[in-house]
Amino acid sequence: MIANSMTKVLSGIEMGNMISDAIPGSVLDSNETDVWIGKDDLLRVSRYLRDEKQTDFSFLTSITAIDYIEYFELVYHLLSMRRNSSLIIKSRCYGRDEELSMPSLVEVWKGADYQEREVWDLMGIRFVDHPNLKRILLWEGFDGHPLRKDYLGQDEVTEDYRE
Amino acid sequence: MSEIRTEPVTINLGPQHPSTHGVFRLRVTFDGEVVVDAEPVLGYLHRGSEKLAEGRTYVQCVTLTDRMDYLASMSNNLAYVSAIEKLAHIEVPERAQYIRVISVELQRIASHLMATGFLLNDLGALATPLMYCFRERERILDLFEMLCGARITLSYMRPGGVFQDAPEDFWPALDTFLRDMPGYIDELEGLITGNEIVLTRTRDVGILTDEMAINSSITGPMLRATGVEWDLRRANPYEIYESLDFDVPIGAIGDTFDRYLVRVQEMRESLRIIKQCVQRIPNGSVRTETPYFIRPPLGDVYSAIESPKGELGFYVVSDGGISPYRWHVRAPSFINLTVLRDMLIGWKMSDLIVIFGSIDIVLGEVDR
Repeated sequence: MIANSMTKVLSGIEMGNMISDAIPGSVLDSNETDVWIGKDDLLRVSRYLRDEKQTDFSFLTSITAIDYIEYFELVYHLLSMRRNSSLIIKSRCYGRDEELSMPSLVEVWKGADYQEREVWDLMGIRFVDHPNLKRILLWEGFDGHPLRKDYLGQDEVTEDYRE
Repeated sequence: MSEIRTEPVTINLGPQHPSTHGVFRLRVTFDGEVVVDAEPVLGYLHRGSEKLAEGRTYVQCVTLTDRMDYLASMSNNLAYVSAIEKLAHIEVPERAQYIRVISVELQRIASHLMATGFLLNDLGALATPLMYCFRERERILDLFEMLCGARITLSYMRPGGVFQDAPEDFWPALDTFLRDMPGYIDELEGLITGNEIVLTRTRDVGILTDEMAINSSITGPMLRATGVEWDLRRANPYEIYESLDFDVPIGAIGDTFDRYLVRVQEMRESLRIIKQCVQRIPNGSVRTETPYFIRPPLGDVYSAIESPKGELGFYVVSDGGISPYRWHVRAPSFINLTVLRDMLIGWKMSDLIVIFGSIDIVLGEVDR
């Protein structure tokens, strides 16, 4: 029976301390709502947050990416249904070229599968070790990644959308 | 029989196919009649809503949300405006909250009617049961027309309330609807729930376990059918849901029939919610005055509601300007498709259509 109460938004500072105790050096920054995780430690931190009894984040609500010009920021919304608590972790990815990459979290949460493909498709961030990293909304061969701030649009539609 | 080996055959289901509920393509590999692999191909309805929003003001973006899940525009409106209200700290008058809850619950009934009708359509009961569902949905659309003049793309809600108060003749019409609807649901259930053909085709077909559903970020009736009692209206109440009395129906094993049952029971619960709202609705204004250009402070927000399809969330980043810096939709239809492949493998061709139909996706929302 789920309680008739609000989802508890966990304090980023407290959770940041807890994560850095378990995996030293992984937390780059934290504030009241968010925790910033270094991209190399993201996979280990995710696995820890999912398996640790105290956190129990078995559910990945959403993944999205934002283009802040100097860097891309990935936002992961985590949820624990048993404890009714949520946490936002963020991770930054510097650069602008096609070689941008982040670790894929599909092996931790399968729900990341389509969402990471969407981020790759529209934002152009490659997810290392993703089982099937292909464009999902646009067609293979589409030039560019439309949600980037420097995307200018295409003058004419390419002919290879039929594959 | 097992000695007969066949070559795997790959066929395309869609994009133009009556049971794909829009333009959706499924590349399926069959061994004989059994599905061995399935790959969804999406994006035929991709309009780039997230990019379009970056060039519109916060209020203009409401119209973009209508065109995502076009069977549940009210829910989309609510999810979006509540995100903006959270970001810009806008208060909503109590009467507006009641009207909002009444309209999203009506929308939930309409959407579940469509899901049920099309499931029957996919089962081979061509058009007739669907028309029963359409008949009742039509009355809900009439009610929406009274509220805002539109039937599908409603754009009824605004940050800070709703665009206008319900007209006087809305309330008697709603009462008549509330009186008739339980009978309609009984009639529908009488035709379907105990129906032997429906049971044979849907019981134990396309089972989704709770563990897999949670790991794959599945939400909505699909998650609840697996026995997980998770409904944002209860778990993280928004608007006035905290004060309302309703149950969260759950399924037993997570098969196609459970998904149907959860939806039918949710329709009854929605009627209960609407009745309570009609009794308690206070007088007062329905909209807080907001500036023509809303300029939320710097920052980001994620806000989600329980839409008929699942958790519909909006992630909005503001740079202090008049339009969002980033506008992301957590679309339940899209994410619920993650498990489609795993659910289909091992089933026969005819079950494929039924399992797919029971997920209840809307391509406008999948592709955005």
